Amino acid sequence: MSQAEAATVTADPLRDAEAQLLAPAALDEAGLEQVFSRLLRPGVDFADLYFQATRREAWVLEDGIIREGSYSVDCGVGARAVAGERTGFAYCDEIDLPGLLDAASAASAVARGGASRRLEPFRAASGHRLYGADDPLASLGADDKVALLHRAEAAARDVDPRIVHVVASLAGAHDTVLVAGSEGGWAADVRPLVRLNVSVLAAAGERRESGSAGGGGRYTYTRLVAPERVEAYAREAARQALVNLEAEEAPAGNLPVVLGPGWPGVLLHEAVGHGLEGDFNRKGTSAFSGRIGERVASPLCTVVDDGAMEERRGSLSIDDEGCPTQRSTLIEEGVLTGYMQDRQNAGLMGAPRTGNARRESYAHPPMPRMTNTYMLAGPHEPGEIIASVDRGLYAVHFGGGQVDITSGKFVFSASEAYWIENGRIQHPVKGATLIGNGPDVLTRVDMVGNDLELDSGIGVCGKEGQSVPVGVGQPTLKVDGMTVGGTQA
Amino acid sequence: MSESDPRNELPAADELERLVALALDDARGRGAAAAEAAFSSDVGLSASVRKGEIDTLEHHRGRDLGVTVYMGGRKGSASAGALSEEAVRDAVRAACDIARHTSDDPANGLAPAERMAQDPPGLDLDHPWQISADEAVALACECEAAAVEADARIENTEGAGVSVHRGLHAYGNTHGFLAVLPESRHSIHCVAVAGRGEAMQRDYHYTVARDPAALEEARAVGRQAAEHTVARLGAASLSTERVPVLFQAPVAKGLVGHLVSAVSGGALYREASFLVGSAGTQLFPGWVQMVERPHIPRGLGSAAFDAEGVATADSALIDGGVLQRYVLDSYAARRLGLATTANAGGVHNLEVAPGGEGLDALVRRMGRGLIVTELMGQGVNLVTGDYSRGAAGFWVENGAIVRPVQEVTIAGHLGDIFAGIQAVGSDVDRRGGIHTGSILTAEMTVAGQ
Repeated sequence: MSQAEAATVTADPLRDAEAQLLAPAALDEAGLEQVFSRLLRPGVDFADLYFQATRREAWVLEDGIIREGSYSVDCGVGARAVAGERTGFAYCDEIDLPGLLDAASAASAVARGGASRRLEPFRAASGHRLYGADDPLASLGADDKVALLHRAEAAARDVDPRIVHVVASLAGAHDTVLVAGSEGGWAADVRPLVRLNVSVLAAAGERRESGSAGGGGRYTYTRLVAPERVEAYAREAARQALVNLEAEEAPAGNLPVVLGPGWPGVLLHEAVGHGLEGDFNRKGTSAFSGRIGERVASPLCTVVDDGAMEERRGSLSIDDEGCPTQRSTLIEEGVLTGYMQDRQNAGLMGAPRTGNARRESYAHPPMPRMTNTYMLAGPHEPGEIIASVDRGLYAVHFGGGQVDITSGKFVFSASEAYWIENGRIQHPVKGATLIGNGPDVLTRVDMVGNDLELDSGIGVCGKEGQSVPVGVGQPTLKVDGMTVGGTQA
Repeated sequence: MSESDPRNELPAADELERLVALALDDARGRGAAAAEAAFSSDVGLSASVRKGEIDTLEHHRGRDLGVTVYMGGRKGSASAGALSEEAVRDAVRAACDIARHTSDDPANGLAPAERMAQDPPGLDLDHPWQISADEAVALACECEAAAVEADARIENTEGAGVSVHRGLHAYGNTHGFLAVLPESRHSIHCVAVAGRGEAMQRDYHYTVARDPAALEEARAVGRQAAEHTVARLGAASLSTERVPVLFQAPVAKGLVGHLVSAVSGGALYREASFLVGSAGTQLFPGWVQMVERPHIPRGLGSAAFDAEGVATADSALIDGGVLQRYVLDSYAARRLGLATTANAGGVHNLEVAPGGEGLDALVRRMGRGLIVTELMGQGVNLVTGDYSRGAAGFWVENGAIVRPVQEVTIAGHLGDIFAGIQAVGSDVDRRGGIHTGSILTAEMTVAGQ
């Protein structure tokens, strides 16, 4: 499996991708021209083909035994034709010319007549490379992968005898994509992605609580093997579970909320991120539609989406339309400055492309999505932020969140939180959902810490049934009032 | 979809059978004591329109194969997005390679041979929809137009869509079980947007069925979407207090889903559920009944056998408010020293017995409280039973809706919510594998401004 079939690693992702995706089907430029001539029916503005081959694996340890191991391969090509606001899309799960021609015919059926565009000559894109091309699956032997999971379990159990169950998982993917566009785009990317996760259950008397932690990024397993890395995740998971064994009922009502640094940045992802994706704004269905240049946050808030960070989980060297990723400022000192765009929505809105076109796989059409979304550091010491709160909540770890981009209402659910009274952290409180209004919540941010952190590489974002890996981050910050969904009214 | 399009054709059932048999033979040849294989092929079309124009037209054609091998007590799995002899052999080899590194676990293995479905009943699950892409687009346009015409306050939409799907699923294992089932699933949906700026609201409606003839009419779907959406205009938060909560049927399914998760094998053997050891105990008031009915013809959750080939049958989950059994596959069953309940892959048409009152009657019965029509976020902790989620819906005073509500949370403990159920409505939502009417619960903490 993984070791035997490792792709040859060369310095050039484009050559790798051509060799892996096009050569086996003997697809050459003439063949692709034939496909594009079907895609570019009169009225089609642009069209693209997205070739992809992905290999994944996962290993799961459960209470001392390696319970699951799985391996999967998938390979295919998606064909898309865009005519104004219309998108036609079809895919095939094997790469060959007859299948491609069928898919192209199906996709281009959305054209309703109009100008005929010619296929522009392919030009290899140049751009940054933010991660290595090495195959994570082949970066470690199976015995070493298994040993890594045993290390994680031992570290979690070492923390405290109250840790009674441990599940540790290791997942890796090696993804090769090649995008060919009717406007001459010809770009490839080889994308590694790994993640290690530890979940534990702690028990004391009648109480049981869980904790989980993990991390990863766009590199190979060799990075996870580093001394103390998996141990740190394991201890963090155990710590959370033990803290929650002591948690009291959470408060209910409108309260000041201090959010810790790092993963609580899921606030930004839900409260403003989705609402700033180009498709919703083009359609006028976002609570942020038509609000560029308006104040949507306190002047302490500058929020960026940055797909061009090295080796981060949410990063891509090129987006899924072949456009180089970049750092885009979404909110600058409280003022809305831009949306995240793909080719279609940027074109329709007369806005620049931002390298935010993403798709779950060749079998899904691209749309504007976040990459790594975070708030820049502010002026305050984290300690002084907590000290400023008379009675409120300090939330440091979250499960996930969700947003209704039209009403702007969003939630995110705390899994580790503490009661603050008289400026001091008191007892832990049970997990509770926080709910707020996206266009409004950042205007209530009255303190921003100087301790910006990015999350450890665990985020998955879902939109219209498509999942993609993302990152979030923020410094410690305070929202002067948010609805906290505990049970203690 | 039109049968003449080569992209819409499913492979022949015997071709899938041949590949499953090949996988099982190959696994045995590589030394596997047992193996199982699940192969599927799907075709479909999704047409979505917005403002009377095509938004996206997606053609689906997917093929997947998954194999699991058992080398003694060691397990390995592999899958591929393809159906070919080469893909099968590669997957079997990969699964066997993995099984050399996983642990010997006596609970591993196939479900018991004597539990395999013998001569599984046909459940009438395959009803191809002969509709072309153009016709699907036209139908979606009708649906959207009905939403826009229904109310002048519908100023925008997120679109309407028609989706057509057919699949062929094969499952076989080395007990000699092998079955191939065709099935279909079609739907029409509409998402309407009302109001502007900060007052803007959206809501939706959908219909889904195995048989296109059983779908609600497209224009009715659009009208419902419009009705749901304009009803939300002017929504505001509430003050924080404890009040009864009425979960409307589509979100009440989620409550029942939490019960299913909490009594599912994986959560139980890991002790990651607040319902560990709860079989035989009273979880609900004595009148609450829940029965799994896997053989409903054309049912969305119907299955003659589960994901391990085990024969399904009608089976009570809750009787007289008491939990009758857990929801188990064969692995979890062995871990717990019990027998599989034919629930590998989940529950199949779990029906909560409806009461005699419709939604309006439940609202009158509640008197004062919150109707929940939407829930947000993942704030359900199955380990502890603590429940805290974002919600939207309607405020009720004197047995009648007073105004729409948004930006509130509802919180409580799932055990208390279950035990405090006051009534189940007759307004059963059958769109999925859990069928229930609206559920009126005792007081929960509603938090707002």
